[in-house]
Amino acid sequence: MAVVQDVHGHHDHHPTGIMRWVAATNHKDIGTMYLWFSFSMFLVGGFLAMGIRAELFMPGIQILEPELFNSFTTLHGLIMVFGAIMPAFVGLANWQVPLMVGAPDMAFARMNNWSFWLLPVAGLLLVSSFFVPGGAAAGGWTFYPPLSTQGGIGVDMMIFAIHILGASSIMGAINIITTILNMRAPGMTLMKMPLFVWTWLITAYLLVLAMPVLAGVVTMLLTDRHFGTSFFNAAGGGDPVLFQHIFWFFGHPEVYIMILPAFGIVSEIIPTFARKPLFGYSSMVYATASIAILSCVVWAHHMFTVGMPTVGQLFFMYATMLIAVPTGVKVFNWTATMWRGSMTFETPMLFAIGFIFLFVIGGFSGVICAIVPIDIQVQDTYYVIAHFHYVLVSGALFSIFGAVYYWLPKWTGRMYDEKLGKLHFWLSMIFFNMAFFVQHFLGLAGMPRRIPDYSLQFADFNMISSIGAFGFGLTQLLFLYIVIKCIRSGEKAADKQWEGATTLEWTALPSPAPYHSFETPPVLK
Amino acid sequence: MSSKSVAALVGSITLAFYSGMAFSSKYNFQEPQSVIARDIYDQHIMLLWICLAIFIAVFGVMFYSILKHRKSLGYKAANFHHSTAVEIIWTTIPVLILIAMAWPATKTVIAMKDTSEPDITIKATGYQWLWGYDYLQGEGEGISFYSKLSTPPAQMRNKEPKGENYLLEVDNNLVVPVGKKIRIITTANDVIHAWWVPAFGVKQDAIPGFIRDAWFTAEKPGIYRGNCAELCGKDHGYMPIVVEVMEQDKYAEWVAEKKKATAGVVTTAAVEN
Repeated sequence: MAVVQDVHGHHDHHPTGIMRWVAATNHKDIGTMYLWFSFSMFLVGGFLAMGIRAELFMPGIQILEPELFNSFTTLHGLIMVFGAIMPAFVGLANWQVPLMVGAPDMAFARMNNWSFWLLPVAGLLLVSSFFVPGGAAAGGWTFYPPLSTQGGIGVDMMIFAIHILGASSIMGAINIITTILNMRAPGMTLMKMPLFVWTWLITAYLLVLAMPVLAGVVTMLLTDRHFGTSFFNAAGGGDPVLFQHIFWFFGHPEVYIMILPAFGIVSEIIPTFARKPLFGYSSMVYATASIAILSCVVWAHHMFTVGMPTVGQLFFMYATMLIAVPTGVKVFNWTATMWRGSMTFETPMLFAIGFIFLFVIGGFSGVICAIVPIDIQVQDTYYVIAHFHYVLVSGALFSIFGAVYYWLPKWTGRMYDEKLGKLHFWLSMIFFNMAFFVQHFLGLAGMPRRIPDYSLQFADFNMISSIGAFGFGLTQLLFLYIVIKCIRSGEKAADKQWEGATTLEWTALPSPAPYHSFETPPVLK
Repeated sequence: MSSKSVAALVGSITLAFYSGMAFSSKYNFQEPQSVIARDIYDQHIMLLWICLAIFIAVFGVMFYSILKHRKSLGYKAANFHHSTAVEIIWTTIPVLILIAMAWPATKTVIAMKDTSEPDITIKATGYQWLWGYDYLQGEGEGISFYSKLSTPPAQMRNKEPKGENYLLEVDNNLVVPVGKKIRIITTANDVIHAWWVPAFGVKQDAIPGFIRDAWFTAEKPGIYRGNCAELCGKDHGYMPIVVEVMEQDKYAEWVAEKKKATAGVVTTAAVEN
């Protein structure tokens, strides 16, 4: 393995102290800040989840009053989606996209700084809204009006936070698109890019498309609340359902914004540990692109009970079912990549396989939810909760864990503790299924979501689910310990820590990756 | 990772998934009480079998590979990475499976949407946090009442033992006759609610300022319970729906009694004026 980079650059500008972070323009520093921010938001969102599960542990009201319970579910959703999952993927992109395409940094280094530093402001707005009069927003993370026109100043803080988060995401996306399209090493054609880069390119386009729509709809909500407009108020000639259409026009691409980069990560990890090239590279790219395009025409499947015309329901059912085809192609390709490989099962590989296994279960329940008559029964029940936690927790989050274990040796130059990593995987796997699998049954049997209390036939499954959730939450502290231990006292990692790795960050850079990498572009064979 | 633990995990999850269907409605949809609900129930079971078959096929291959194709067993990696034929096959087969799923679903959607020629039309209005019912057409026309949770707060606060129908009981049940096509018109007074009775396969959002509709024909007399299914604020969890299905003659009695009571109220009001 040849390390072609000159580590000791002649003008190695390396800021120190607090200004290194406040005025950061280095993609590695900014990536690190994104990842730590998203992990701290993950703990906040996780705390809220623990509150929800503690209240639902037994029937009756024990610790959270109904209104506060609603604030917990609302903020849990918003913080996990916008504060934890999305920034984590942007952090991974910040670290990895320049390393994987052979670029010295992100295209717009100062804008990169700004798009990160907006996040803590928004996070603070969301968290502090719990302490204002009237409390935090309580209309669900989808904040449908007219309910969301009712809340207090907490709702306005949420709207403002969403504006800021949206601006941050759009800037991040523009940065990623520009970097990928303009800064690839000579010889790296589009169809030679690593799949993680491809999926992020497509995701970034989805972000640029979807986030302005979200910004628009929350602005309309804001003017409805304070400036006398009636976009969503039937008494003034508006339509509450209009909000849902616009929201989900953002919301469904958003779902894929949170899963396409995960596909990319898994497509990097599986070939590395199978020691075999990815099967069907080009069909993977086309499948990703078709999922992205389809994701823009399926939004109303979130609204089947709203009372659409028959033709509308049928169109959105067929379009949604169609997404199963490219998604299936991906799963088959991963399986074919593993087939006749020479596999080892380090922690990143475990998380990647866990991802495929549980994501497919989430995909099955997704197809079931796409069937309009069945969806009419399961809409707004715990079945839906189970479905989207299978794709967002064991999907997006597991892939992020996999990515962190996979690239940690490159980032820190040290190895994580393999035994503890595997323990983290198995505990997460067991507790996750314990928490969420039984929720399918709860939903089928008729337990609605977003209720602080439930009738008695749901009691035992809720208790199992809560115990699983507590276990899952505690397990994530182990992850924190593993990462800190790796940074502080991990064994030294090799430049090419993974035998089967083929991408530039492993083949052309030492571990840890130097503060300034690829100042001269790498040579591609 | 030990292969045995993987196999055990897969086995137990699959078992948990499918054992449910044979037993009680605790693991599955409530027992269907209308044509639509039965269609939904059957299609869901069909989908579970299809999913199980795909699951076994895909993960059978994957876990065989995980067990056999490992470096620790000295397995040398092959180097294939492309096969147009295989890729066309595994794109086409899912399309065919999806068509098989969509066909019966399409028929059910069309049937669900057919609210024409009802025997009785009832308007359900969502309020924060109770339901109002107005019998608009058919036998019982003119009857109108509110339906509110009747579980005592002491039970919710864990000061009294919880009753059998905890949170699923109301002061005035919605009463309908058996075997008649009931059209439910939904609307709301304040925020969006949703009128949901699982046993009839009906869930319809109730939107302020707008009218939507759904229908059901109950097959058996009995009491069927559901919940508001759209977050509507603080007491969203406390506005259940209880439908009491009666034999035709009992229903006629109920209508007569209800009318008499209403007439009494009207007369008193007139006298007072």
